[in-house]
Amino acid sequence: MAHEYLLEMRGVSKHYHGNYVLKGVDLKVKAGEILGLVGENGAGKSTLMNILFGMPVIHTTGGYEGEVRLAGETVRFANPGEALSAGIGMVHQEFMLLPGFSIAENIKLNREPLIPTTLSRFLGTRLSKVDMPRVRGDARRALDTIGLGIDEMLPVLGLPIGFMQFIEVAREVDKSGVRVLVFDEPTALLTESEAGQLLAALKRIASSGVAVIFISHRLEEVLTICDNITVLRDGEVVTTTPSAGATLTMIAELMVGRQTKRPPLGERTVEPSDDDIVLELYNLEVDMPGEEVRGVSLAVRRGEILGIGGLAGQGKVGLSNGIMGIFPARGSVKKDGLEIPLNRPGEAYKHGIAFLSEDRKGVGLILDRSIEYNISVVATLTKGDFLKRLPIGAAIRDRKTATAYAEGAIEDLDIRCTGPTQRLRHLSGGNQQKVCVARALALKPEVLLVSEPTRGIDVGAKEKILDLLTGMNRQQGVTIVLTSSELAELRRVCDRIAIIYDGRLVDILSPDDSNAKFGLAMAGKKVSEA
Amino acid sequence: MEAKPKRSLRLFIRDNGVPIMFLALCGLGVVASGKPLGFLLQETIGRMARNSFIVLSLVVPIVAGLGLNFAIVLGAMAGQAGLIAVAEAKVTGLAGIFTAIAVSFPLALLLGWGAGSIMNKAKGREMIAGMILGFFMNGVYMLVFLFGAGTILPIKDPKMILPQGYGLRNTVDLQVIKWALDNLLKVRLGPVSLPLATFAATALLTWGISKLFSTKLGQDMRAAGQDMRIAEVAGIQVDRTRMVAMLISTVLAAIGQILFLQNIGTLNVYDSHGQTGTFAIAALLVGGATVTKATVGQALLGTFMFHLLFIVSPYAGQNLLGSAMVGEYFRAFVAYAVIAFSLALHSLQRGKMAIRR
Repeated sequence: MAHEYLLEMRGVSKHYHGNYVLKGVDLKVKAGEILGLVGENGAGKSTLMNILFGMPVIHTTGGYEGEVRLAGETVRFANPGEALSAGIGMVHQEFMLLPGFSIAENIKLNREPLIPTTLSRFLGTRLSKVDMPRVRGDARRALDTIGLGIDEMLPVLGLPIGFMQFIEVAREVDKSGVRVLVFDEPTALLTESEAGQLLAALKRIASSGVAVIFISHRLEEVLTICDNITVLRDGEVVTTTPSAGATLTMIAELMVGRQTKRPPLGERTVEPSDDDIVLELYNLEVDMPGEEVRGVSLAVRRGEILGIGGLAGQGKVGLSNGIMGIFPARGSVKKDGLEIPLNRPGEAYKHGIAFLSEDRKGVGLILDRSIEYNISVVATLTKGDFLKRLPIGAAIRDRKTATAYAEGAIEDLDIRCTGPTQRLRHLSGGNQQKVCVARALALKPEVLLVSEPTRGIDVGAKEKILDLLTGMNRQQGVTIVLTSSELAELRRVCDRIAIIYDGRLVDILSPDDSNAKFGLAMAGKKVSEA
Repeated sequence: MEAKPKRSLRLFIRDNGVPIMFLALCGLGVVASGKPLGFLLQETIGRMARNSFIVLSLVVPIVAGLGLNFAIVLGAMAGQAGLIAVAEAKVTGLAGIFTAIAVSFPLALLLGWGAGSIMNKAKGREMIAGMILGFFMNGVYMLVFLFGAGTILPIKDPKMILPQGYGLRNTVDLQVIKWALDNLLKVRLGPVSLPLATFAATALLTWGISKLFSTKLGQDMRAAGQDMRIAEVAGIQVDRTRMVAMLISTVLAAIGQILFLQNIGTLNVYDSHGQTGTFAIAALLVGGATVTKATVGQALLGTFMFHLLFIVSPYAGQNLLGSAMVGEYFRAFVAYAVIAFSLALHSLQRGKMAIRR
């Protein structure tokens, strides 16, 4: 063969509005090889795969730099259809299955064998008849290849999740001429035995000469199944190494990155300790779709900044949403020893807990109202602040005090706006987030739950937000529970960091712990076990 | 896979609540009306023959995920334009029907294309977009026939033009094509006479639609109807598929309106299309269709029951409450109630789906 590698991506870079998410990435896979692609959330794995598939999101945001070579030829797919016909397949992280179709119809989706009809000769192939017996037959064969003995005519709706993953794989297996197959977290939702079965199927697929790219957070799987491993971090390839000789610790360390020195954060009069617990979770379960919490017990020390870390989808975000009553929860939450009723939004506020939601636009802010209104509304609703008593016993909103307060906040937090009456919609993401912070401050909370405060905002605003949070903590003694996908951010400001994996607490680490320790914890391994 | 019969009966009732309720209502209405069954059947069959075609035109967009196509009013307008042309040119009989269809066909394609483009821009809000589009085009339609007829459009017949010299009169006599299809092949069966040719047209359409769903295009429609994003990822050209569904629906609605009016015999220029969409949609829903699921069987069953109820309710109102008007109110109430119920149910289900995601 003239080319050693079946798929080569060379110097691929991609930016969204000037913000580079991929910087000169190289990736190579041979036919029959399984390449592991690992990295933290936001390392650029998804973007890289989107480029490979020519997803519209890439083209509508200005395309990419660098080149993709398939069997030695430069390719540049304009849409997923082109990638598919060139022999690139993908098993998605989320299921691309139509619930109302049968398993067979899903496997052959848009690749149905056709029988020409009289009409199709004149009006195009789309009027050909779908050859259902052959759809069935092909599906049966694909299912047998991966060892799944299920009736191919069952509807997908109501099947166990494990089966859906296998159907996805069967679909890719069935594609004739598939040369490169990407598996994005295929085992994330599977039980251990199912995962084992899937990995076996994957090896079988690779041995038939297909180049496989295996993306997973389960590092043990990556180590056992892959020939080579490429580690991405912050949009760059850190290393590509043969998995023989690599260790879990080594890969974990590479994923997380260099130790950054922590800037000092200011002194406290009283150091937080286990003797003074402000918030106590006991066996908290939260039914937040995609971020389920499956029983977490945790004690928050008064006056500390506690970080909640972990990969996306492992449940870290569910925790604060459960405490606030936004998603259905079970278990117990105590503030200063007093039980907070669950599933009743507003209760937590009454107990002096405030929340900065990760869903800024969805539940956090009212975009079509003014800055002043947004800052004061929650305090008005839960505590009756910013109200003017009327003689008849009712009260109305006191716009004057609210505006005065907002003006102060704009000054203190450096919110860039035209004034307190400006609508939130016209502010940048970072400034909207500052309004969220101002609103939380207006509640004068004892405990502040902060969820992904720096997501989607620029670097300068990020610094400001983190400064604000540490300032609140140090000067006003507010206890902060900070949930973030950015480990670096947590390690910079937190006293302790709890890592959530699979809806459970893995470990509570110190920000100064080693990268390997963090990497392993995020893959669900407590250090003593590893 | 074997379910106990008792349980499956309960499931059957749950899944077919609307048709079962309607069947019961129809039964009560038939008894209360005190009319002989033959008379009721004759009336219902006559209405069913003229209306089924339009109701069937709604099936394709539902399967393709566009929901209830309120924009079939556009097709009805195109059909009426064809009929106006035929009435002016005095093309009689079956030739008149075909001429009307030929004239309305390009118009329906054009309007369907416009509606389809808007639907593709208003994904997820197709129904309200279609409804408002219907209102908007009603304005355009009125403008064309109030001011265009006799000035731009070469309509000369003084019986059709208003005394002022331009603009169509309120009613256009369709004597030239009245019952052209209905009388083509009429068979008497006891007290009931069957317009077989009209039924044949409906049957042909029913067959055609079921065939369509066994083609690749039909498969793509079903896929896009379930989840646009997944269909897109699978390489199906979702926008084009939706567009084709809209074109088919609009053209069928145009033909349906022509068949409908050849039975009525007069065209209310500014009014005939007004309720076409609402009533056809109500009929379809009565048959057990939903915003996301519809079959030709449901369309036919729904049309039958809807019209049966329409016929019996004034009589039942007269007999039970001494006023036919109560029955009239009742049927209008039922038509809108069934649509409201179906839309509420749909948004409820969609909310549940959203939460599950």
